Amino acid sequence: MSQLLEVSGISVSFDGFKAINNLSFSIGPAEMRAIIGPNGAGKTTFMDIVTGKTKPDEGKVLWGDLSRNLVGMNEARIARAGIGRKFQRPTVFEDQTVFENLLMAVNNDRNPLKVLFFRPKPADFAKVEELAGEIGLSDQLSRKSGELSHGQKQWLEIGMLLAQDPKLLLVDEPAAGMTLGEREHTTDILKEAAKTRAVVVVEHDMEFVRRLECKVTVLHEGSVLAEGSLDHVTQNQDVIDVYLGR
Amino acid sequence: MDFLKKNPSLPVFIAVLVIFTLVVTFLSEAYGTGALSTSFVKTLGKTLCLALVAIAMDLVWGYTGILSLGHFAFFGLGGYMIGMWLMYARTKIIVVESMVNAPIPPTPSEISDAIGSQIFGVVGSSDFPLVWSFAHSFWAQIALVVLVPGILALVFGWLAFRSRVTGVYLSILTQAMTLALSLYLFQNDSGLRGNNGLSGLQNLPGADAISQDNISIWFFWASAFALLLTYLIAAFVVSGKFGSVIRGIRDDEARVRFLGYSVEGFKLFVFTLTAILAAIGGALYYPQAGIINPAEIAPIASIYLAVWVAIGGRGRLYGAVIGAVFVSLVSTYFTGGQAPDINLGFYTIKWVDWWLVLLGLSFVLVTLFAPKGIGGLFDLVSGRLSPNRQGAPLGPDKGSLREEEAEQ
Repeated sequence: MSQLLEVSGISVSFDGFKAINNLSFSIGPAEMRAIIGPNGAGKTTFMDIVTGKTKPDEGKVLWGDLSRNLVGMNEARIARAGIGRKFQRPTVFEDQTVFENLLMAVNNDRNPLKVLFFRPKPADFAKVEELAGEIGLSDQLSRKSGELSHGQKQWLEIGMLLAQDPKLLLVDEPAAGMTLGEREHTTDILKEAAKTRAVVVVEHDMEFVRRLECKVTVLHEGSVLAEGSLDHVTQNQDVIDVYLGR
Repeated sequence: MDFLKKNPSLPVFIAVLVIFTLVVTFLSEAYGTGALSTSFVKTLGKTLCLALVAIAMDLVWGYTGILSLGHFAFFGLGGYMIGMWLMYARTKIIVVESMVNAPIPPTPSEISDAIGSQIFGVVGSSDFPLVWSFAHSFWAQIALVVLVPGILALVFGWLAFRSRVTGVYLSILTQAMTLALSLYLFQNDSGLRGNNGLSGLQNLPGADAISQDNISIWFFWASAFALLLTYLIAAFVVSGKFGSVIRGIRDDEARVRFLGYSVEGFKLFVFTLTAILAAIGGALYYPQAGIINPAEIAPIASIYLAVWVAIGGRGRLYGAVIGAVFVSLVSTYFTGGQAPDINLGFYTIKWVDWWLVLLGLSFVLVTLFAPKGIGGLFDLVSGRLSPNRQGAPLGPDKGSLREEEAEQ
């Protein structure tokens, strides 16, 4: 069994509160997975641990064919290893154009000196335009990203993730604050991405999760409560008790 | 061409600088009508050096969002490094001249001792401290102008950025650095003549026959050229992808990290580069000032630097230049006793005392009501508008641009 990411037995507590409790999770190289759970279930903390923002008290996060342990590596190195993250709130560089945002994300050398003397080549322009096409922002390239609508910013951020060419995408509530049409577009982008890489989506909205048509992991109080298809987990009595029943 | 498109102010800046240099040259005592006194030419030359260090400050604060309140320490260190050679070489000439009539020719160690007692007599010593090891060599000291502040910035920055010290804590840390350095240099046994500092720097060794009229204009040219180069370097740094990344760090540091950029590495690069630029500015400034002492790198000096950039308009290179030139010239006017006192009958406002109050007030007013600073006036001509975001900043970080500072 070759998994892309294997999280085993991680725990972390903040001031005595166990945010993640002996959590294990794994995902394959081209798989879509949705993580659901009530508020405080540890969904965002889980992403923080995988991306290096939070250090777990115990446990391992093994990555890739070589099973390197990501615990202890900094955010930038983990990102360069191939894990991209989209935040709950759209975070793009608002004072810069859509083009600049995407170009910054395109997978080139990140060394300061290389970046200083970097000038975009035709291949880079082509890549940015291709990405802009995928996220539906082709005619917005020269606009400041701060002027975009909320949904467009979300797509731009997903576009920046794809530009990084990660092997694993962690997406935190991509549909929050989107209109119905925007949600459908977002689902398409994510499904397309999941054909070639692993995608983990954290989401509250059941309808959105249903449209993703993927395996679902339910988190509760920092550990996995149930796992399986959406229909399977929604019929699970534990899940109904802690989450859906409320 | 992309470079010019991204820096539309560049040709204007170059033109203004060239015209200014020519006008000053043709009005100088050495090469022109003499309408500008030599001391005023020196003031102008020094002002250009201050504009240079303001550009460095704008790079580190306006573009990268690191509010360093310690960059004048690097400026001062640059001055000290060149000052050591100037003082050594000139004292050596004087000492050798005075010994030339001695019955027995002096040995090298006698010459060295005599120079030592000349330079360090004032602090009750006559031995060369270790830090003067290279003072005899012009090229070594020129290298130290870059190396000493560069290495200090590298080590300090590495420690600070690696621990993810940001915002106001970093500002305090940089203030502590410049204060510590200044207090250390105040001690007589620091090896740099304590509070006397290094003096007589306006006299170039072996150039006694050349009048200060000429020397002042040469330094003015050198300062203008250095300012031009700094502007070009800064424009190059901020125009490409590097500029995108550092502006990203200013507005949202965490996001840049998750893109895979080593934020610490970029900050360290900018911090060290600007420290070196500041040091070069200092190395040109102090020979024109004639004297450097530890009071020059007191914490307040670095705060002034931030005030200049704020008043000129941060996040735009010409804003930093305008702020530094305007405020330092006005400051010279008010503190030089040229401004007439205002007699209110019951109280006389003496500008020498009240200038700081006026400056502080202008700083507060600019920050509150005109965040674009003086540079914002050019937006009236160029038609650049600010975005309308109902007062929201452009990123979650403390140093991120405010709505009014940004371009639509």
